[in-house]
Amino acid sequence: MNAIDTTVSRRKGTIDMAHGGGGRAMAELITGLFQKHLGNPILAQGNDAALLDTPTGRLVMSTDGHVISPIFFPGGDIGSLSVHGTLNDVAMAGAKPLYLTAGFILEEGYPLADLERIVVSMAHAAREASVPIVTGDTKVVEKGKGDGVFITTTGLGVVPEGVHVSIERAQPGQAILLSGSIGDHGVAILSKRENLEFETEIRSDSAALHTLVADMVATAPGIAVLRDPTRGGLAATLNEIARAAKVGMHLDEAAIPVKPDVAAACELLGLDPLYVANEGKLICLCEPEDAEPLLAAMKAHPFGKDAARIGTVTDDAAHLVEMETGIGGLRVVDWLSGEQLPRIC
Amino acid sequence: MKYVAEYRDKDLAKSVASAIQREAKPGRTYNIMEFCGGHTHAIFRYGVQNLMPENVHFVHGPGCPVCVLPVRRLDDAVEIAERHNVILCTYGDMMRVPGTKQRSLIRAKADGADIRMVYSTLDALKIARDNPEREVVFFAIGFETTTPPTAVAIKQAEEEGLKNFSVFCNHVLTPSAIGHILQSPEVRELGTVQIDGFLGPSHVSSVIGFEPYEYFAEEFQKPVVIAGFEPLDVMQSTLMLIRQINEGRHEVENEYTRVVTREGNLKAQALVSDIFELRTSFEWRGLGPVPYSALQIRENYADFDAERRFEVSPKQSREVKSCECPAILRGVKKPTDCKLFGTVCTPDNPMGSCMVSSEGACAAYWTYGRYRDKTARQQKEAAA
Ligand code: SF4
Repeated sequence: MNAIDTTVSRRKGTIDMAHGGGGRAMAELITGLFQKHLGNPILAQGNDAALLDTPTGRLVMSTDGHVISPIFFPGGDIGSLSVHGTLNDVAMAGAKPLYLTAGFILEEGYPLADLERIVVSMAHAAREASVPIVTGDTKVVEKGKGDGVFITTTGLGVVPEGVHVSIERAQPGQAILLSGSIGDHGVAILSKRENLEFETEIRSDSAALHTLVADMVATAPGIAVLRDPTRGGLAATLNEIARAAKVGMHLDEAAIPVKPDVAAACELLGLDPLYVANEGKLICLCEPEDAEPLLAAMKAHPFGKDAARIGTVTDDAAHLVEMETGIGGLRVVDWLSGEQLPRIC
Repeated sequence: MKYVAEYRDKDLAKSVASAIQREAKPGRTYNIMEFCGGHTHAIFRYGVQNLMPENVHFVHGPGCPVCVLPVRRLDDAVEIAERHNVILCTYGDMMRVPGTKQRSLIRAKADGADIRMVYSTLDALKIARDNPEREVVFFAIGFETTTPPTAVAIKQAEEEGLKNFSVFCNHVLTPSAIGHILQSPEVRELGTVQIDGFLGPSHVSSVIGFEPYEYFAEEFQKPVVIAGFEPLDVMQSTLMLIRQINEGRHEVENEYTRVVTREGNLKAQALVSDIFELRTSFEWRGLGPVPYSALQIRENYADFDAERRFEVSPKQSREVKSCECPAILRGVKKPTDCKLFGTVCTPDNPMGSCMVSSEGACAAYWTYGRYRDKTARQQKEAAA
């Protein structure tokens, strides 16, 4: 078992088909890399399926595949993102996440040292969130049939008694809260992908929001809707809610936080921050009387310190998201069409 | 950002809006054409129209570079990419514009053509340097603003002796197009578009200055105000136009003094004229052939001219039949006048170029006003 020094081979080595073959190389990859970094008593049982203790309550389950380019970006990488993304999906049901699973699809030739960086980053994210990765899977595909690393994570959580967070609970009159500035993640990714150089480095906001959610549901158990505005940004998420719940929205542009360097980068590229992806923000719809206490609770949490009330749910028959612009005009905030492409002049 | 924030100030906007309310005479209408797509975008994105009195209308002109490129040139670019196996580099918006039979660069890319989106001409040069065994063509489009960067790329390619780089040049000129709009027989025949004044382009004018519009203002007796792209620039310039119209003046005024001068950027102009010369005629989508309205690469730099390097076959290029882009680009019709608007044709599935870029009138109408106009139209139809 110890014939190969796995540390050395990782530093120099790359993934090859043997790492997915079920033999010794695979066993070494699992024990020497995944278990080493992600280790916890449940994972250490070494069973194909994890045996889990669950508290009573309603179970929430969510799964998400992560395919990103670049794999490493300012403020994170595919490893931490795959943990944060799934924890957030579970948390947006108002739930407390309990367990995670991870599936890896690795491309032949991928450097083991980079894989180790990713796994270490996942381990760190899971530890910080106090949610263990309890089982996983690894497959290797031939060179050219993957893009380095794909990770699928599944999260399991439990909704506390008395909490009913659900998209169709959006009602006219409710307040729309946002936990912080928008656009950070998308601009950070873009700046690396396109080799654009900005004066300051814009970092992704990738973060696990379940502790923020826990504080919020403790403050106002009646929260109607929680969503994390990831791909498609704030605009897409609000439109999704409006369509699903058959309501309209009225936003106040001046109240929506955007960091100055993100705003400047968007300006330069002709992008609208409303459509740019986030990985560490949430939107909350609540009864108007809960808005102030909730904002106070959010602001007391590190991931909600720039929280703001950005608008109100309306009864618009066309289910439009409208926005009073910074200069006092009115516009519709539509879905994004295709990918947001930079303007020419 | 401080620089920008002051041009988006709500209180200032309010006071300009009330000045416009005061000065726009109730007895008449003010039709103001914004030539430039950047203005169209700003008007919709910030909801400027809705701060205007009922009788002040913005007419959206042909100033979106993506919108005015004729289908034929797009088909040619697709052919260059596919048949000659080059790496074709282009700016983002251009990728989705439908050519003949709805074929866009994005479709050609999905079918295997090597088409890459770039942010600047320098990215295209880099691709050429990194791929010495491949031909790299930069698909250049745009008005006077995007022309100097293309000139720089050609100059640099020459200095470096880059043999595998060329430019498919589609640069067009603003003043000739504005003149053409007012002279075009369709506009006179249709007579539906009375234009009382122009918001002049800002970025374009930072290169060419505002002098070129003086002849035009005089000849057609129409006021022009060179306007910046911020929403307050647009509002302030509209106020300046309303004043000129009320006083019967037709001058070129410059609202965008923080960037634009009468002469413009002489260095950029010299560079451009070193490398490019006027084409005797160039077709614009929507306007047809417009004399002396575009640039081509001079003989001296023929090696970098993709049109000379790659042969394209004669073809029957066609736009979608009921697409009203041509009339919209001339300001004769509104997007909602098009039968396909919002039904068959949406930004997800554009039938014409005006539905592609955020500067295109149809895309702006749909994206920023979505069903509003449509609902109004349906109500009108129901009432009729
Ligand atoms: S709505 Fe579509 S088809 Fe109609 S004019 Fe606009 S782009 Fe052309």
